[in-house]
Order: sequence, then C-alpha cells, then structure tokens
Amino acid sequence: MADPLHAPAPAAGARVPLLDVQGLTKRFGGLVAAKDITFQIRAGEILGLIGPNGSGKSTVMQVIMGLHRPNAGAVRVVGVDVAGWPPHRIARQGVGIVFQHSRPLHRQTVLENIMLGLLPDKLLKLVANRHVREKARQIAERVGLGAVLNRKPSTLAFADLRRMELAKAIARDPQVVLVDEPFAGLTSGEVHAFAQLIADFRADGRAVLLVDHNVKSIASLADRVFAMYLGERIAEGTAEEVTRDRTVRRVYLGGGIDIVSRPTRPARNAPLLQVEDVSVLYGKAQALERVSIHVDQGECVAVVGLNGAGKTTLFNAISGLVPYSGRIGWDNSDLRGRSPAAIARGGVVQCPETRELFGEMSVRENLDLAGQHLTEAQAAEQLEWLYDLFPRLRDRERQTARTMSGGEQQMLAIARSLMMRPKLLILDEPTLGLAPVILEQISNALEQLRNTTSITVLLGEQNVTFALPHADRIYVMEHARIVWEGEPSAFAAEVAATYL
Amino acid sequence: MTDTIRALLTSRSVWIALVVLTVLSTLPWVASAYILGVLTIAYYFGVFAMSWDLLFGFANEVNFGPTFLIGSGAYAAGLLNAHGVPMWVCLIAGGAAALLGGVVLAVPALRLTGPYFGLTTLVAVLLLQQFIIIFASSTGGEIGLTMNDILSTEAITNYWYALGFMTVCGAVLFTLSRSPVGLILQASGQDRIGASALGFNVVKHKLAAFCISAVFSGLAGAMMVFYLGTASVGTVVDVSVGAQVIIAAVLGGRRTIVGAAIGSIFLILAGEALRPLGQLSTFVVSGVALLVILFFVDGLMGLLLRRREEP
Repeated sequence: MADPLHAPAPAAGARVPLLDVQGLTKRFGGLVAAKDITFQIRAGEILGLIGPNGSGKSTVMQVIMGLHRPNAGAVRVVGVDVAGWPPHRIARQGVGIVFQHSRPLHRQTVLENIMLGLLPDKLLKLVANRHVREKARQIAERVGLGAVLNRKPSTLAFADLRRMELAKAIARDPQVVLVDEPFAGLTSGEVHAFAQLIADFRADGRAVLLVDHNVKSIASLADRVFAMYLGERIAEGTAEEVTRDRTVRRVYLGGGIDIVSRPTRPARNAPLLQVEDVSVLYGKAQALERVSIHVDQGECVAVVGLNGAGKTTLFNAISGLVPYSGRIGWDNSDLRGRSPAAIARGGVVQCPETRELFGEMSVRENLDLAGQHLTEAQAAEQLEWLYDLFPRLRDRERQTARTMSGGEQQMLAIARSLMMRPKLLILDEPTLGLAPVILEQISNALEQLRNTTSITVLLGEQNVTFALPHADRIYVMEHARIVWEGEPSAFAAEVAATYL
Repeated sequence: MTDTIRALLTSRSVWIALVVLTVLSTLPWVASAYILGVLTIAYYFGVFAMSWDLLFGFANEVNFGPTFLIGSGAYAAGLLNAHGVPMWVCLIAGGAAALLGGVVLAVPALRLTGPYFGLTTLVAVLLLQQFIIIFASSTGGEIGLTMNDILSTEAITNYWYALGFMTVCGAVLFTLSRSPVGLILQASGQDRIGASALGFNVVKHKLAAFCISAVFSGLAGAMMVFYLGTASVGTVVDVSVGAQVIIAAVLGGRRTIVGAAIGSIFLILAGEALRPLGQLSTFVVSGVALLVILFFVDGLMGLLLRRREEP
C-alpha cells in the first residue's frame, strides 16, 4: 500500500503481545457494559476499537487503565495480569492514555505540564533532575510543541492541547498507548498531522489502541478493527472487512436501506425553524461549523450522521443549552437570548438522547411534571392521548422510571416531551441501543403522530433505516458540518455508499 | 536546583511577600503595643490559613475543620505544659499530636470522594470540642486551660516570634508548593484520574499534603496558646474560628500560599479597625469577605498577580 501511514509493522514474531485482554467482563449493576471481550495487540500494531455510544468500548478502555475493576477476565500488560490494579500501578506497568478532553494545569506552562509526566512518584522530590526538563523539551518538540513551550495551556489552540496530552501520555515511555477519540474536534489538516504522530507510536514499537465511534475516522491508521455493540464483540478484522460486515452495517445503518416514497406534501409551508450559519465551540473544539438547516411547518426532517458528527450539539443549540454564533429563527422570531425553559415553553421541546427521566419518579409523575403548564382538563386529555399512543405506559403508570426497560424508558421520554404540547418535537437518537421490536413500536407511534397531529418533527438518527421512512427531508452531518441535503429517495444513490 | 531558585526569584508572589515582610518588620519601631498584639494573632492565623490553602488550593480538598488540627496541637501542648513539660517539648508535641490526629482522620476520609471528605473534617471538630468539654477536669472545659509558661511578656518579642514563625512556615509551604511534589499534588487535586494515569498514587500525595498541613497547623496552634497564655475552645477549636481561617485563605487568594497570610492579616486588622461598630463589625467584615469571594474569586493575590502572569 502506498499510504505512508500504513508502513508495515516491525516483525512481531512470536513475542508476547504487549496488551492481552482475555474474557473481560464488566457489569454496572444489572447492565453488562462489556461481555467476554478478548483481543491482543502486539508491538508495533494499532487496533481500532469501535462501537456506537453505549457499546462498551470506553468501558473496555477504562478497565484496561484500571479506572474500573473488571468483574471477570484478565488484562495482561507485557505478560503481567494487571486486572484490578489501581491506575497508577497500571500506568507504571507500561500503559499510557490520551484522554479525549484535556485537563491541563492552567497555572503551569506547557513544558511544566509535560514535565509532570516525567516525575517519579516520590514525596521527597523537592527538586527536579536537570534531565527531566531536557527530556520534556525533547518530547514537546517531537509532538510539535517546540514553539509554545513557555506558554500557558489556556493560550493554546485546541490541536496543541491535544498534542500536549499526547506528550504527557508518552512521557513515561509506555509500551501500550490508549487513545480516546483521536481526531475529535480537529480540522482535516490537523487530523493528518495527528495520524502521523500516532503512526510514529507504531514505528516506535508500541501497542496502540484507538477508541472511536466508527471505522471511517481510523480506517487509514488501524491495522485491525474490533467492533462492539451493546457490550459484545460483533466483528473483527481489517477496516475494510469490518465496514463490509453485515452486523456492523445493521448496527450503524439498520439493515438494508428502504426507499419509501412519502405522500407528496403540498407546496412548501413557511419555515417554522430556521438555523442559519450556526457554529458551536466546546472550549476550543469545533463541535458545529456553520450549520444551516430549516424545518417547515408540519414537516418531519431527519438529521443523520454517525455519533460525534454534531447532531446533539445542533439540537442543544436550538434548545438554548449551549452558546452558539449564528442565528436561530423560530416562528418569525429569534431564539437568541431566551432561556432553555422559555424556549421549551415556546413550543420547541427536545427529547434528549440521554432521556433525562426522573429515575426515582413513577411514569405518571414524570408525565404530570411535564404537564405543569397545562390546565387540569388539558392535562387529563393529553395524558389520555399519550396512553393511547403508548399503551405500554398505561400498564406501567405506577412503576418507577428507573426500573423500566430501555425501550419503555424511551417511550416515556417521548411521551413526556409530547405532554408539553410541542409545536416542534426534537427527537435525538430515539432508537439508540433498542431491540427491533421496540423500534417498531416507536416507529408506529411516530407514524401516528404524523398522520393525526400537526406536530413538526426534527429527528436526529445514526440509524438511517429508521430515519428514512419517517422523513420528508434528510440532512447528512459529518464532522460538525452538513454535507448533504435531499429527499429520502435520493439518499441511497447519492450518499449511502460513503456514509459509514 | 538553579531552575528552582530562578523560578522563585522570578515569581511575583515572592516579591509581594518580601515587600509585605519588609513593611511588617519596621512596625515594632512605629506601631503601638496594641497593634503589635493584634498582628501577632494575625500571623498565627496566617500560618493556619497557609496550611489550609495547601489542602484546598493544591490538593483540592476542602477541610472544613482546620480547627481540629489547630486545636489538637494547642491542647496537646497545653495539657503537657500543665503537667510541667518544658515549652519547647510541648511545641513539638503539639505538631506531633496534630499530625497523629490528622492521619487518623485523613486515612479513612481521603477514601471518600466529593463533599464527604469535608463533612468528615467538620464532624471531627465537633468531636474534639465535645471531648474537651466532657473531660473538663483536665482540659479546663469551656473556661479554658492556663499555661504554666508563656513565650514572652514583651509585646515586641512576641511580635518577632510570630512574624519569624509565619515567615519560616510560609517559605517552607511556598517552596513545597512550587516544587515537583507540589506539581504532582496540584495534578492529583485537579484531575484525579489524569494524575493516576500518569502513574501517581493520588491518595499518597493527598495524605502527605494533609500531614504537612496538620503539622504546621498544630505547631501554630501550640505557639498561639503559649502567646495567649491560655487555651480555650473559643480561640482554637470553635467552628467559627475555622470559618475565619477559611475566609482568610479564600479572601487572600486560593492556590497562592502567600495570599492566605495576607488575607489573614487583612481580615484580623479589618476586624479590629471596625471594632467601634460593636457587633456590627463581624457583620461588615463577613460581608466584605463574601463580596470578594463572589466577585473576585482569585482573591487579593489574584488581583495583584493578574496583570503580568496571565498575558
């Protein structure tokens, strides 16, 4: 292969794998976050660990680092089983981690932040050895921070902060490097530079684990890819093999893509929601870049994109939960300056990906709470209608929300949003991690909403198969930007091939 | 080594501290015995507050019970002195008692996360206070304990003892905070996971900080009772004394060490200056402290340091 990032790994031969994960299982209460996960990484090899949100990939990484204690299984670092060790001992055994979010020491310079990684864990270290400073300088230069050594982290660009995290992680010369979402928040030019730095780790003979949402972002770098879903291994192989894998495609796209032609709508209605040139920064990471979308009265618009593309950020900007630049128009007014509560009362109701149910309250209490702004008669009527829409909720009226299944919780979350009588319902990833039978029920409820009410819907989905049949129009998001807009019927021909 | 020295010389905090110390050392020639007495107390408070800042500012643990450590030191020294033990032994014993009490408290408490560490330290103060009251026959209970020895009867001598003590403690704590272990401690406080992923035993470093804070607090508590000639719950144990230490440290500027001492001097002087207001003086001082904390979260030192160190 001509790709310089794909330089052949040094002959690993029959040496012990630097990282050997065997039968790793981690439960949080009743939830099995990782089940019987087994993989090895040899010296000079990069393994990509992928899976959508909630798949357990981050849990696996955290267990390797010792941030969680596994319920079963072994984690061998250069042959030594470190499962259950505290993180600082695992770090000293030879594991380094590059966190997704950097939390530098703000009063210290870049050089001092890197020096931290070089200090011994001793209490009587009142004076740093001369070589520590020199070594920190070398590492900084290696990752491209040579020009900003004496600056404070708060003055650095986002990419340089990430470089500093890389520098800290390799300061102790770890055999195994774990990298969480290596390219999140970076521009395409920076992505290339980072890929080169990570490729250098491979050339050094380290074992590298890249954790990311999807194959696409790490395909050019990873020697092998291990895909997870709902805590289990679903595929393993080269990036190409994993992308082609049927289970992987079903998880990300939801099976074969149906093209359902919707009844054609009458001439365009006035736009109800108008998002113009909206950008959002998380600290210094670009989470949304000049996004413009519009949703017309009575329309169902789907924004599809892989996890991390920026869908939730877009919805949070609309709901007033994150600061943004640009303009968001709503019903002939401007949403800027309004509090999230005022926006929700004004008719823009979001049903968030994380559901945000009041776990200790019953189904009925959760719904009553959302109906606080209605008169008693309105609330009773709305409740009756919702119970007809989701009969399961009527049966579970007295049950505590926390104890319900994921699917039931999702229904409750949608019902609670509808209880507020929205004009625009924003549904963020309603199908995340749900079984097919539940998916069908939610799908039916959405269909019923379309046919019997005038509620406008803005749907955010990774699962294209779920989104397509419901949508009048589709936007595709990638890397913080809208990259395609069109009718569902055009999706398969124009973008489906490059979506994963 | 040279790096550390250079870092100290270029630090604005050091220069501010030197200027303040120079001014304070001229006072015995100009100020009245009364003012010197007030400042003497303020200097011991300065050590309490600096010790507290090591925990709050660097280890990121809120110790709601600084007076548990101060009181342990003060009463250990006082009780031994009442049994005829020489003063210098009592002082050492005060530091040791606070260290012992601190370890007994911190070892289990540091395993807790979030606000529970702080709550544990608050409860510890109440326990100590009750202990002193219950064993009133030997501790003097609420009336207090009278010392056999005192540091000096001369206001000026006492002033020099306190100023010297504060300077030495401050220098030690400040150097420590700027050293490699101070760096590790800050990392442990600000990002527990990140620090342990770099191979640092976070609990070990926080425990060490707690021990250092305890020794200085206990020693200062013991020094103060030998200055006052009495040890009482109201001066070295009561929760309100602890609150004053905390306010002084936050007012002076978190994570600066030097600021904690300046905050203490300011707070105690302001309290005295407003004494004509009677009961209202405490109210006014607390109000000012609250405003500073709300609007200048980096405190007095934050205001002084802002311009140059944050480009």
